[in-house]
Amino acid sequence: MGTTGNAITAERLVKCYGTKRALDGLDLAVPSGAVYGLLGPNGAGKTTAVRILTTLLRMDDGRAEVGGVDVTREPRRVRQRIGLTGQEAAVDEILSGRQNLRMFGRLFHLPKADAWRRADELLERFGLGEAADEQVRGYSGGMRRRLDLAASMILAPEVLFLDEPTTGLDPRGRSEVWESVRRLSDGGTTILLTTHYLDEADQLSDRIAVIDRGRNLTEDTPAGLKRTVGGDHVEIVVRAEVDLAEAAALVGRIADGHEPQVDAKALRVQAPVADGVGALGEVVRGIEQVGIGVEDVGLRRPTLDEVFLQLTGRPVEVEEEGVPA
Amino acid sequence: MSITVSEARERRVYWAVADCLTIVRTELVHLVKEPSVIAWQLGFPIVSVLLFVYVFGSAMDVGSGSDYKTYAMPGMLAMTMAFGFMNTAYAVAIGKEKGVVDRFRSMPMAPSAVVTGRGVSDVLHAALDLVVLATIALVIGWRSDGGLLATLAAFGLLLWLRFSLIWVGVYLGLLVKNQEAAGNLFAIAFPFGMISSVFTPPHLMPDWLGTIALWNPVSSTATAIRDLFGNPVAAGDTWVESNAILMAAVWPVVVTAIFLPLAVRRYQGLRR
Repeated sequence: MGTTGNAITAERLVKCYGTKRALDGLDLAVPSGAVYGLLGPNGAGKTTAVRILTTLLRMDDGRAEVGGVDVTREPRRVRQRIGLTGQEAAVDEILSGRQNLRMFGRLFHLPKADAWRRADELLERFGLGEAADEQVRGYSGGMRRRLDLAASMILAPEVLFLDEPTTGLDPRGRSEVWESVRRLSDGGTTILLTTHYLDEADQLSDRIAVIDRGRNLTEDTPAGLKRTVGGDHVEIVVRAEVDLAEAAALVGRIADGHEPQVDAKALRVQAPVADGVGALGEVVRGIEQVGIGVEDVGLRRPTLDEVFLQLTGRPVEVEEEGVPA
Repeated sequence: MSITVSEARERRVYWAVADCLTIVRTELVHLVKEPSVIAWQLGFPIVSVLLFVYVFGSAMDVGSGSDYKTYAMPGMLAMTMAFGFMNTAYAVAIGKEKGVVDRFRSMPMAPSAVVTGRGVSDVLHAALDLVVLATIALVIGWRSDGGLLATLAAFGLLLWLRFSLIWVGVYLGLLVKNQEAAGNLFAIAFPFGMISSVFTPPHLMPDWLGTIALWNPVSSTATAIRDLFGNPVAAGDTWVESNAILMAAVWPVVVTAIFLPLAVRRYQGLRR
């Protein structure tokens, strides 16, 4: 481990395909033990960055260290320290889950007995014990990804790279994978996660770097990123238009100094507040005192969609199938 | 760590072999779990031999005076080997598309094993294909009159051709975009296998086509094994046909010399 305490350090990474600069001076500093989200639209350079850091791709310029080892100079040693789960579940369809993990164990150069034992351990840990001897072909998307994750964890790597680990999964599969990622992180593994699902970065990451066109846009905690677009908002939707003014006055009292926004058409009043949950309580009590008819009361928190829109001036694109960035 | 350079090299060679065998073992498990794959891959040669022998056979006169099936059977074996590069290309394309190749490349295993493992298992697979096809040929009434050694030599030449085509398959598999595109390689495989002496002697074809067929490596193997099996050769008297056994040994060397470096370059080029 370097003196910086960073599991991944990348400085001014450049990668060109013809005239297109997939990476254009990207910097990364991922603290040891963190779950670090790399967020950006398709074509932002997320996958290119992961491929360079996992030694699959040569960089044109810049410097990178993973687990304290230089990626360009000692790719072999880097490979002993990392696990990679790519966009496709890179497992053998015909083999069973157990046979897959045994094979990967052998290819990671574990002695046979160790490879066998490790396969059993990982199957249990990733909740695949019951399906261990079934062909992977019959696995659900979530099971495949978990097997894929298990295969990445055979050597208990210092750093795990997850390139869009839940792309193409149904909600259940996603939550299964999220659960696994959280547990790996609790075990101390540093995780670099790329995603274009904003809620995924929000749910899993300690820190998030937003990138676009191969460059850093910003880097912060999920909460910090949301603060940049403005904090929480309280919102009241009234039943009848006559109550709108009353509601606006109520919200105005609670919002610290901000004019409440009134949307007469939607019968909605909203204003930014400092202490979201506290303000919500006050609003609810206020409604009871004033006695207005209310359709809905809520606390609206800004999403990373808004963060992204603000940073890039355009919304996150809709997901496309299998487009490597 | 105190590992000398030669020790490190020995260890590298050890793992290159060990990792290759791990992948080969996996491929063998595939065959055990899904033997129907063989049936599918052999479907085309079997159907075409039945077609040629029983449907067109009565109209086929290759000029040797003997039964057409004794001419067509060795041709079918050579054609199956020729088409084999498609299986390699297809497997490589799937591995690339599904990220398996990337996973292997991100692991501390021997990088060469990805290719050598593929190659060894494909040759084993081809040997199994030959056993199945030879059995069918025997049932239909084909015989080898060449004696044990010559017969074994003939099968050796068939596998030798298949071996050289591994590199063509790996190269093309890495070249194509995805597995569908790999399936389209049939457009190359078909003329490569058919414009040859597999089902008809080249001297019965139009001149220009006959010349191509004459110099097709598949023809040399087909003619050579007919010779070794003691089956009617029905070949013309050109140099390349008179020296078919020599050419059946030399062609695969030429193919390997061209395509092995191309395949290696392409594989290493994945990092660009």
